[in-house]
Amino acid sequence: MGNMPSAVKHCLSYQQLLREHLWIGDSVAGAFEPAQMADHTEVMKGIRQYPGIRYPVLTPNLQGFHRAVAAGATEISVFGAASEPFSKKNINCAIEESMEKFEEVVKSARHMNIPTRGYVSCALGCPYEGNITPQKVTEVSKRLYGMGCYEISLGDTIGVGTPGSMKRMLESVMKEIPPRALAVHCHDTYGQALANILTALQMGINVVDSAVSGLGGCPYAKGASGNVATEDLIYMLNGLGVKTGVNLYKVMEAGDFICKAVNKTTNSKVAQASFNA
Amino acid sequence: MATVKKALLWRLPGLASLRAVSTSSVGTFPKRVKIVEVGPRDGLQNEKNILPTPMKIKLIDMLSEAGLPVIEATSFVSPKWVPQMADHAEVMKGIQKFPGISYPVLTPNFKGFQAAVSKKMYSVGCYEISLGDTIGVGTPGTMKDMLSAVMHEVPVAALAVHCHDTYGQALANTLMALQMGVSVVDSSVAGLGGCPYAHGASGNLATEDLVYMLAGLGVHTGVNLQKLLEAGAFICQALNRRTSSKVAQATCKL
Repeated sequence: MGNMPSAVKHCLSYQQLLREHLWIGDSVAGAFEPAQMADHTEVMKGIRQYPGIRYPVLTPNLQGFHRAVAAGATEISVFGAASEPFSKKNINCAIEESMEKFEEVVKSARHMNIPTRGYVSCALGCPYEGNITPQKVTEVSKRLYGMGCYEISLGDTIGVGTPGSMKRMLESVMKEIPPRALAVHCHDTYGQALANILTALQMGINVVDSAVSGLGGCPYAKGASGNVATEDLIYMLNGLGVKTGVNLYKVMEAGDFICKAVNKTTNSKVAQASFNA
Repeated sequence: MATVKKALLWRLPGLASLRAVSTSSVGTFPKRVKIVEVGPRDGLQNEKNILPTPMKIKLIDMLSEAGLPVIEATSFVSPKWVPQMADHAEVMKGIQKFPGISYPVLTPNFKGFQAAVSKKMYSVGCYEISLGDTIGVGTPGTMKDMLSAVMHEVPVAALAVHCHDTYGQALANTLMALQMGVSVVDSSVAGLGGCPYAHGASGNLATEDLVYMLAGLGVHTGVNLQKLLEAGAFICQALNRRTSSKVAQATCKL
């Protein structure tokens, strides 16, 4: 996927549609900065910030945090992992060390009344380690929650989870963290995302991460899909009579826009069925 | 093996539910699920490229090797309407009939039924009703409502679900059906078969993705996922199309 001009990101009509969080970029300094997110400052400055909509940004360390605040961020996120090898490869430090860095960030954020969301990657499996125990996920989540993250998003990073493993993991985490402070971030690499999300909903979780058009592949399995498509998630929630406040048609328009901009076909089945692709 | 007529009931419209999903049924699943592989019939029927008979036979044989207990082999309909199924008689003659595997055929009319039966006829009566979400518009709530209604009249042991993935809901709908006690699920290798009502849309639930979920749930299916993936790779190559199975896409490492 080539780099998208900042202007395109400004035009993304997410902010016209959603009443929920919008993860729009990360403020990573140094060698690990992904090229696509290099224009984080311009994007933050350029977008229209609608009242009632939150625009968190990823900040893995204090330096990134300060830059984010300078650029106008009012909410931040920190990204931990339940797997040591994944933590080392992804953010270049062991879990314990990453938690210490996050503590600094979260502490500073709290002083400035900036809320922090915590992410736990590899909650249902790791590309390097394989199986991840629910206990490990609970330990990391509890740490993030304890340091002041208002919400913990539990990520099935490589999409290997199934309703059984989702249930076991949530049962463990929910012993320590109330369901209202939890979210699920399911990847659709093996087509399990909606079934896993349904399980999470049945267990009382009511915050779900998704990506318009199912953007984002899987860096660990070339050709595989990645995020669950927001359109398909909304379709299911609408059918269940669950309120989201989101206009499905406008999300589909945003999806159509971004797919044309990055020259990719949508990963959303709802979009495929509706746009006569 | 005698063929049996399989009835497909259409999902009743207007059963939209506004009730929240109940949490009480999380985690209860049948210990064994029978997967009914409809790829060779429902799947191929909706593919535009007409496949030569030996390829269809090879696909069915590969699916038999994978351990699928029921494989819907073909359809005894007029070739005028469904050209892909014109070779139904040769397919039935050509496939290896593995012991323990059923090979039902679709017979939508009496003429087809006559053509399909062998000398010994089973008395008319369907042993199983497969409930089809034909255009894939169902969601877990409507699946639950529909099944609740049907289960008043037909024991759950005689029910199967046939979910289409046109709106990406198939696996979630199937999960709901399993939670309600349904233990027979229709699916199609590689998710073969588009949707004749929505051009470009997907159709059947991919068997590989279904097996992946059931394996993760510890539910016994008797199906060898690796061999199933091989059958899927074979048929996609033969049809010159990409697989619709996410599991296949993830394991293919293009």
